[in-house]
Amino acid sequence: MRDKEGAGPVVVHASARLVEGYVRGGGALAADEVWAVEAHLEGCAECRGRLADVVAGSAPEVAALSDAVWAGLVPELEAVAPVRRRRLRWSAWATPAMAPWLAMVLAVTVLAWVLDVVGPGSGEVSWVLLLAPVLPVCGVAASWSRGLDPAYELTASTPRAGLQLVLRRTASVLAVVVPALLVGGWATGVMAVQWLLPCLAFTSMTLALGGVIGVTRAAVALVVAWAGVVAVPTLAAHRTAFALQADGLPVWGLVLALCAGVVFARRGAYTVLGAHR
Amino acid sequence: MKPEPLSRMTSINEINEINEQRKRAMPAVSSADVAPTTYAWEIRASGLKVRAGRTRMAVNGLDLSLGTGVHGLLGPNGAGKTTLIRALATVLRPAGGELELLGESVGGLGEHRALRRRIGYLPQEFGYYKRFTVREFVEYMAWLKEVPKADIPGAVQRAVERVGLADRADERMKALSGGMVRRAGIAQAIVNDPAVLLLDEPTVGLDPAQRLRFRELLQELGTDACVVVSTHLVEDVAAACTDVVLFAEGRLVFQGTPAELAAAGGPEHVGDSPLERGYSALLADPEPTKGTW
Repeated sequence: MRDKEGAGPVVVHASARLVEGYVRGGGALAADEVWAVEAHLEGCAECRGRLADVVAGSAPEVAALSDAVWAGLVPELEAVAPVRRRRLRWSAWATPAMAPWLAMVLAVTVLAWVLDVVGPGSGEVSWVLLLAPVLPVCGVAASWSRGLDPAYELTASTPRAGLQLVLRRTASVLAVVVPALLVGGWATGVMAVQWLLPCLAFTSMTLALGGVIGVTRAAVALVVAWAGVVAVPTLAAHRTAFALQADGLPVWGLVLALCAGVVFARRGAYTVLGAHR
Repeated sequence: MKPEPLSRMTSINEINEINEQRKRAMPAVSSADVAPTTYAWEIRASGLKVRAGRTRMAVNGLDLSLGTGVHGLLGPNGAGKTTLIRALATVLRPAGGELELLGESVGGLGEHRALRRRIGYLPQEFGYYKRFTVREFVEYMAWLKEVPKADIPGAVQRAVERVGLADRADERMKALSGGMVRRAGIAQAIVNDPAVLLLDEPTVGLDPAQRLRFRELLQELGTDACVVVSTHLVEDVAAACTDVVLFAEGRLVFQGTPAELAAAGGPEHVGDSPLERGYSALLADPEPTKGTW
């Protein structure tokens, strides 16, 4: 029987004679026909369905056999405890090694928020705004650190390493950090776009630089740079630095776009051990 | 299950007999199984150079061709075995020369996803998440290796059974002994039915009985895959390998069968077995310094 499925390849199905002969067995079909039918049945659900119908109708002993096997199997299968899939679902996004770091990031956000609301205050400067760019960097570093992720070498050798895992892990960090900052920022009256762009830009910068010198090293370098260039001078002068003002936003946007481009272009860099330094 | 009536037993036997006849006459093969390979060697390196760390060239001008079978990568500590295995696992990229795995050239910053799906790798110091059970660990690795979702439970069960951990599969990794952890590591390496299997010092921590079982598994795997086992234990090679690759200071010193390695040594060479004497003959320093390692 020949079917034409649109412009696709011609699909040849086993004829009723072949299927019936296959079920009867015992020389009903030539050896090469049996082989061809068997190979076809392996890959064709439709013909397997027809085979099942023929078996039920014309070979009751086979149907009885498979019923008996099922009758024996079902109680055993029901007795097997279902596998807990929860852990696996989570680890597709974040390694267990990241959990304590994400908790720490949350704690720091709460602390920053508390300082903003009830603390003595440092003039016009918001702690949430000051910490927002570097908080996700810690989480991203934790997901790529050799010391924190024991399975780093196994992970790096798999096909999913590279861009896909980078994006999944970064997304899981941001999924924790951004809502926390959103709540913190809303409570202290800081505009979301003011910290969200620097936050994303810093994250992408960590990854872009991490592809060259290792993600953990990149994170440390960027946190130090942020502290030295923006955080400390801001706290000392009691006024918000240019980098954190609304005028600085296009620059952050540009940095984000550039670094995202670098991460994409150099996606293979996350598949070697060098990224785990 | 309650005993079957005699008539049904007869028919079951008949069907089994027919199936057996069919299997003997014509095994069912899918087209993917009979697709021709387009490469001569599973692993081919020419003039391969790989850096360990920033400067040291741990593999320095290696020419090597490996096909199907079990290849024992033998050499003294610091010979560059781990660096070579890492390069074969594509987690270190060559600093020079050529490396081809399953016909695909490895180099630059490609992701090599299709190639990596067909590689199994057990690093020398392999880390795992302590709270995972054996099954979760192997499932997680199967997911990372892009095993189709529907195949994961079956593939994991097969891999765990092959290393003899089926009865401990739902215990946490931290509750296992060193030998069992190593076997869980072997299970994750074979879960994707790799065409190239790379095992770095897999027998460390296995007791003698487990070692014997492991050698049987190696021979089984080597029938249709290219298995590279790095070891510094000569007896592992003698028992399980079809081929010995002797490696020192980043270069190939010898490649041949275990019998050829044994033939290279004479009674004047150091060692307890013919293989050890062959090993020390081939690695012999022209002027050995007495009393040093």
